[in-house]
Amino acid sequence: MSRAIDAAEVRRRTRELLAAHPPATTGRTDFLRARFDAGLAWVHYPVGLGGLDAPRSLQQVADAELAAADAPDNDPRRIGIGLGMAAPTVLGFGTDEQKRRFLRPLWVGEEVWCQLFSEPGAGSDLAALATRAVRDGSGDWIVDGQKVWTSSAHLARWAILIARTDPDQPKHRGISYFICDMTDPGVEVRPLRQITGEAEFNEVFLTGVRIPDSHRLGPVGEGWKVARTTLMNERVSIGGSRIPREGGMIGPVARTWRERPELRTPDTHQRLLTLWVEAEVARLTGERLRQQLVAGQPGPEGSGMKLAFARLNQEISGLEVELLGDEGLLYGDWTMVRPELVDFTGRDAGYRYLRSKGNSIEGGTSEILLNIVAERVLGLPAEPRNDKDVAWKDLSR
Amino acid sequence: MTAPTQPSATPDLLYTRDEEDLRSAVRALLTDRADAPTVIAATESDTPYDPRLWSSLATGIGAAGLLVPEELGGQGASHREAAVVLEELGRAVAPAPYLTSSVVATETLLALGADGGPAGALLGELASGTRTAVLAVPFATAPARVDTALASLDGTVRGVAEAAAADVLLVPTAEGLYAVGTTDPGVAVQPLVPLDLTRPLSAVTLTGAAGTLLADADASTAAVRRGLLAGAGLLASEQLGLAEWCLTETVRHTRERHQFNRPVGSFQSLKHRMAHLWLEVVSARAAARNAADALATGSPDAPLAVAVAQAYCSGVAVHAAEECVQLHGGIGMTWEHPAHLYLKRAKADSIAYGTAGSHRRAVAELADLPAP
Repeated sequence: MSRAIDAAEVRRRTRELLAAHPPATTGRTDFLRARFDAGLAWVHYPVGLGGLDAPRSLQQVADAELAAADAPDNDPRRIGIGLGMAAPTVLGFGTDEQKRRFLRPLWVGEEVWCQLFSEPGAGSDLAALATRAVRDGSGDWIVDGQKVWTSSAHLARWAILIARTDPDQPKHRGISYFICDMTDPGVEVRPLRQITGEAEFNEVFLTGVRIPDSHRLGPVGEGWKVARTTLMNERVSIGGSRIPREGGMIGPVARTWRERPELRTPDTHQRLLTLWVEAEVARLTGERLRQQLVAGQPGPEGSGMKLAFARLNQEISGLEVELLGDEGLLYGDWTMVRPELVDFTGRDAGYRYLRSKGNSIEGGTSEILLNIVAERVLGLPAEPRNDKDVAWKDLSR
Repeated sequence: MTAPTQPSATPDLLYTRDEEDLRSAVRALLTDRADAPTVIAATESDTPYDPRLWSSLATGIGAAGLLVPEELGGQGASHREAAVVLEELGRAVAPAPYLTSSVVATETLLALGADGGPAGALLGELASGTRTAVLAVPFATAPARVDTALASLDGTVRGVAEAAAADVLLVPTAEGLYAVGTTDPGVAVQPLVPLDLTRPLSAVTLTGAAGTLLADADASTAAVRRGLLAGAGLLASEQLGLAEWCLTETVRHTRERHQFNRPVGSFQSLKHRMAHLWLEVVSARAAARNAADALATGSPDAPLAVAVAQAYCSGVAVHAAEECVQLHGGIGMTWEHPAHLYLKRAKADSIAYGTAGSHRRAVAELADLPAP
């Protein structure tokens, strides 16, 4: 190692990158590749894989320099699943070859990723999944099954996939974790229309999909352990971002309140104030969690943040539709579209009301999250279970 | 159209190492001198206060002088540290005139700008813990609503918290702010029967009492408002400590208590109620720290931070105490178990320095969300 990585060193390296590849005259992809190779993609990642083995908190130093120089970014919202879920899992469980092959195009955004986890018969009880992966004579895996609620599947080059490799084992033990090529002829992607009218998600049908063993992540039969890393990162990415005051769902309804005095009633005023206070407290709770992470004292608050935001989004958008009265009876547009980006606060109040219903279902239902808080944070006894020591093939379905 | 006011700076919502050390000292003292049977027994006596506890807390640890600059005889700390003391006092529902004397009365005197006059001398005594003072306004008075002043040092103020044990009353009147000794002629402090036995209430009657004028009417109103704002803001920390105790005890009890051959804490309906409570406590901590930090830094955001903290934390403390009683089952209804002390304190706190509703009214004004 040359010198210790501190803020000054990150700044120096960022300026070096900007000098060698001026954003004004460098193509976007070329710039992002160079940024990755300079270790400034995610500084807490290892050297050679887009990072500098530096503390995560130093990323903001690089980001600030890059933003000031008008450098292009990798449009993180378009590749959220790759960045938030696939990347930490590949980093944690991948072979050196897998890390070298997948992380750079993932971060640069040349290859979009999706997640093939949930199934029609395996939602909250994800470990009961029924998609099968069977090894054929060549050593490749042949995958058959159906996945659901897959965002970006129609855009993705790769998927992280969990499938059952041993039905004779209890459900958590017979699962393996794979990287699936979405261009395989056995992959069929169909849009899944939801209550908002649009199709953010897909159903994915897997029929004889061939996956080489070199695309397995982690040991055979230990896919559940690997998947837990992915899911932990999902919850962090859903609940962990910093927002300004009135930055969330409360923003539009507060603006409507200020701009349209004719809509105000004593009842909606009381409810608005209660929700405004709760939204502000949720914002502060998120900010406190962020400060704990920066100080290297991560707390269990993350699992609570998703619970809080799901409930608030639903109650606030519900109030907004009611506040609008006559207009609340209308809906913007029921046309079936496949949006590339999801914005919970985008579109009209009716959309917000309907879309937010998913906030307490996606990424772990609120009921499951309450169990997790009760058992892992508060140490309350687990539910009595009858599925732990039974072979998956003998479970009722 | 008006945008929402953004906080002027990012508040520090964590605890410093010094604050954690202070917490340890206060908790050790309260564990030693204010366990639940002691507090219950004290509430059945003439006065719930333990003078040795107060002198250890106020003088020994120096908690009484946290808000007071060193040159005026205090510790030169801030509302952040005082908030930590209140978290611990709330956790123990310990009877001690800390919020009323060391926060509200002290902050009121600090607002007068103590420059050697009688206010400055009194401030030094309060900071050292040798004397206590209370603001002679009803405990329910919200910071934004200081219209309850007497015309002069003549009349009755009902519902004054912790006046019985105080040495000095700070009395706002139409003539200005007076300091009056509680044992002076013409001063009667009549105990009332309070819902919360750990925080006595009194009716203060003044009949031609002589007092020392500390400030004129305008300065008095501003100072009282600032005192009550600090009181309301730091009350959120007391409510946080109280709620945290209720959650911890409820989790402990439901893990140990067996019915139907299972710990009752393994039933999902109970687990979910405790998980919801945990989220409320976590959120209350952020709100209370934000208010304490805003007061400590003199942030222009302080009135809104305090209103948000009170509008939120009052309900959390009451909910936590109510769940504590219910999830303890029959034992939670007994006089012997301390749950009732927490319920009574939480309910009284939800009225003290303004109800959640009155703080939401302040939010409406401060966040530009006007009534119809």
